[in-house]
Amino acid sequence: MSQSPLPPRALALATRGITKIFGPMRALDDVSVEVPAGSFHALLGENGAGKSTLVKCIMGFYGADEGQVLLDGAPVRIDSPRQAQAQGIGMVYQHFTLVPCLTAAENLVMARAAAPAVINWRQETRGLEEFMDRMPFRVRLDKQVADLSAGEKQKLEILKLLYLDQRFLILDEPTSVMTPSEADEVLTLLRGMAERQEITVLMISHKFREVKAFCDGFTVLRRGRVTGGGDARTASVTEMSRMMIGETELRERAARESRGLPRPRLVLEQVCAEDETGRQVIENLSLTVGAGEVLGIAGVSGNGQAALVEVLAGQRPMSGGRLLADGAPFTPRRADLDRYKVFGLPEEPLRNATVPRMTVAENMAFRSFDKRPLAGRFGILSPARIRAQSRDLIRRYNVRTSSPDALIETLSGGNVQRAVLARELSGNVDVLIVANPCFGLDFASVAEIRAQIMDQRNRGAAVLLISEDLDEILELADRIAVMSEGRLTPAMAVETTSRAEIGRLMGGH
Amino acid sequence: MPSVSSPQDLPARPRPGVFSRLGHALRDPVLIEPAIIALGALIVAAAVFSLFLLVLGKSPATFFSLVWMGGFSSWFSIQNALQRAAPLILTGLAFAIPARIGLTLLGAEGALVLGGLTAATIALPLQHWSLPALVILPVMASAAILVGALWMGLAGWLKHARGVNETISSLLLTYIAIAIASFLIEGPFRDPASANKPSTQPLGPDLRIGEMFGSSVHWGLAAGLVLAFVLWFLMARTTFGFAARITGGNLRAAQGQGLAVGRLLLTCCAIAGGCAGLAGFFEVAAIHGQANASLAAGYGFTGILVAFLARQNPLAVVPVAVLFGALDAAGGLVQRRMEMPDATMLVLQGVIFLVLLVSDTCYGRLPFLNYTRSGDRT
Repeated sequence: MSQSPLPPRALALATRGITKIFGPMRALDDVSVEVPAGSFHALLGENGAGKSTLVKCIMGFYGADEGQVLLDGAPVRIDSPRQAQAQGIGMVYQHFTLVPCLTAAENLVMARAAAPAVINWRQETRGLEEFMDRMPFRVRLDKQVADLSAGEKQKLEILKLLYLDQRFLILDEPTSVMTPSEADEVLTLLRGMAERQEITVLMISHKFREVKAFCDGFTVLRRGRVTGGGDARTASVTEMSRMMIGETELRERAARESRGLPRPRLVLEQVCAEDETGRQVIENLSLTVGAGEVLGIAGVSGNGQAALVEVLAGQRPMSGGRLLADGAPFTPRRADLDRYKVFGLPEEPLRNATVPRMTVAENMAFRSFDKRPLAGRFGILSPARIRAQSRDLIRRYNVRTSSPDALIETLSGGNVQRAVLARELSGNVDVLIVANPCFGLDFASVAEIRAQIMDQRNRGAAVLLISEDLDEILELADRIAVMSEGRLTPAMAVETTSRAEIGRLMGGH
Repeated sequence: MPSVSSPQDLPARPRPGVFSRLGHALRDPVLIEPAIIALGALIVAAAVFSLFLLVLGKSPATFFSLVWMGGFSSWFSIQNALQRAAPLILTGLAFAIPARIGLTLLGAEGALVLGGLTAATIALPLQHWSLPALVILPVMASAAILVGALWMGLAGWLKHARGVNETISSLLLTYIAIAIASFLIEGPFRDPASANKPSTQPLGPDLRIGEMFGSSVHWGLAAGLVLAFVLWFLMARTTFGFAARITGGNLRAAQGQGLAVGRLLLTCCAIAGGCAGLAGFFEVAAIHGQANASLAAGYGFTGILVAFLARQNPLAVVPVAVLFGALDAAGGLVQRRMEMPDATMLVLQGVIFLVLLVSDTCYGRLPFLNYTRSGDRT
């Protein structure tokens, strides 16, 4: 690699006391981060810790309610991403922002704020070639973006920022779409540029390995606050994970009745699944959930949990393996769901488990509309019975709605989840599949919904709990397995493991 | 904002009387909003079309009075309107039913043409064996429905099994259907006697469906009315319709409930094709008496407009179809009296469609409707 003649003028950036409030929630609370020029700084934290909110405040997507951003020591006002770009701050998003059907060169020229109306391609190509010669890594300019590998695309995203002469790069989980070797290559190059004072990097990451190997400084956010920071080269993974997931138990472990060895109710054998592009997102995943126990699956988001939930909900086909319920082959069809009494509480219920433009009463009838007493002879429905059933459920599960006939989209998030809970848990439940059930809910709803899940376990249901909230898993689960890069660790009894160990497994160690 | 009624008193609420329920319905945004917006769209479209007429130097007043005369003013013109409304009800349903499950299916024209051709040709050998009309007509109708259902079902199958966009495939299938029909009509099935306009052999007089009650309106209108009600009932009051509405409203939720999404999609497409095929049967048996190029008169496409204006509600399709039937019926009068080309009515339909699409953005934004009333945010 040739020595890069890029002028060394990396930017230093600092935030002072940034606070951002969304409704009743303090997404960021007095967050101060210091990123010196030429450093490679990691921003760590669990999902929902406020990392994305912080960088969005820096980029001008959100206006912070309090606090300020300093650039090279001077306060700057950034109201939009365009202003951030003008100040030299650029961001690489988790998902690609390239146009797949254009070439790399076309994507670069298009990104310029003031691209000329008539483009002289010969001149542009020459300019781009010169630019590429100064760069530590190259991408074929004449190649269509659709034909580039994920690593090359990510390189092109970074090149785009450098082409626009942006010297403070914010990378939002840049390696989540890359293979480990691609990730190492790109991060090594970026680190080299930072060491030569050409750029400063602020990287959001979940992966301790990358942070340890490439970053110098790090800051940890937890529930909107800075809970720690330091030198990534000297801090241990254990320290970092403790800052990330906290060490105080916020809540008592839920009351539980223990019983003898459970009978397996739900079994996954060597399940595989692929994403839309054919990349394997779940690899040979096997697990067993017994009657009367909660198996918790922990893991940082984006490690295949979403695909696993979709497979179990029949929203994604399996590319291999099989499901068993009560020892018999099981597919997530209605007949099987009813026979084996399988129910589910998905995350974001408004998006995954309801029809927003149908009424509360109708939404509460999704599991029972085709059975007596709601359906009469010849499949004729009784609207009165649908309404009566929902009145009963609304009362028992304390769903706050003006009427059973209100559209369910008019309810608050907690009440939508309560309505779904009422629908799924009001009958006999043998298997319950739960995914991030409390995501985005207020404290009171959270306690109530967890109590309902625990109640099902105590009544003998097999509960599979897939959650990104480790507190939730530690509170509810009897056994814990960790999902990382599409694979699942063997399940451990919750008494024999520790937060630190789980944190390490979550980080891919 | 009214206070939230506490959940405890909900079941105890007395059953409201008919009048208070009607009053309740008239203030419910879910029910009156579509009516207000559809009417508003029609008024705006009329205004835009008036501008078009003024630019051409024609009087909008004359135009709308002619539409009134041609479509509604006399028993004769009303019959004319109803006669044209009959196929529009059926093709409107052919768009509305798949729309309820989230499919935009444009294939009614093709299914109508193939259904009509099937009815016209299957009748000939049966006629030859001198079977009674009471046997032949149901066979013709069933065959037309079946062929239409298979044709539109094909678009549904392509969507479900291969992920082909159903809007594109059904539109292209329409042109294939029309081409197949004209090949057969001009080739193997051509009646040698039809010299100027290639057609299949005419049906015998006993196979012509008569008019209802001495009017000039044929029984297709009655079939449309019955089907509109039956399909409304199917979608609103049966487990099938409920499952279809879940699927149309949120595919992920439907999958999560283990519903047989593919079967529901295919069935809705087949119902749509059946409606369009039946329209083809009536066009042949009640209007043309044989299958020829006149079958592809655009009813399938106007039906899309009808269903849009009716917000995909099978019951609302009926009055909207009558309105468009009247516009169609008045077309000839406008052409003669105002010396305007017959494309005038197509321009009007196009304007209405455009305004309708724009009016879709008004949902949830009417300042005088109290949207929060039907549900409190807690």
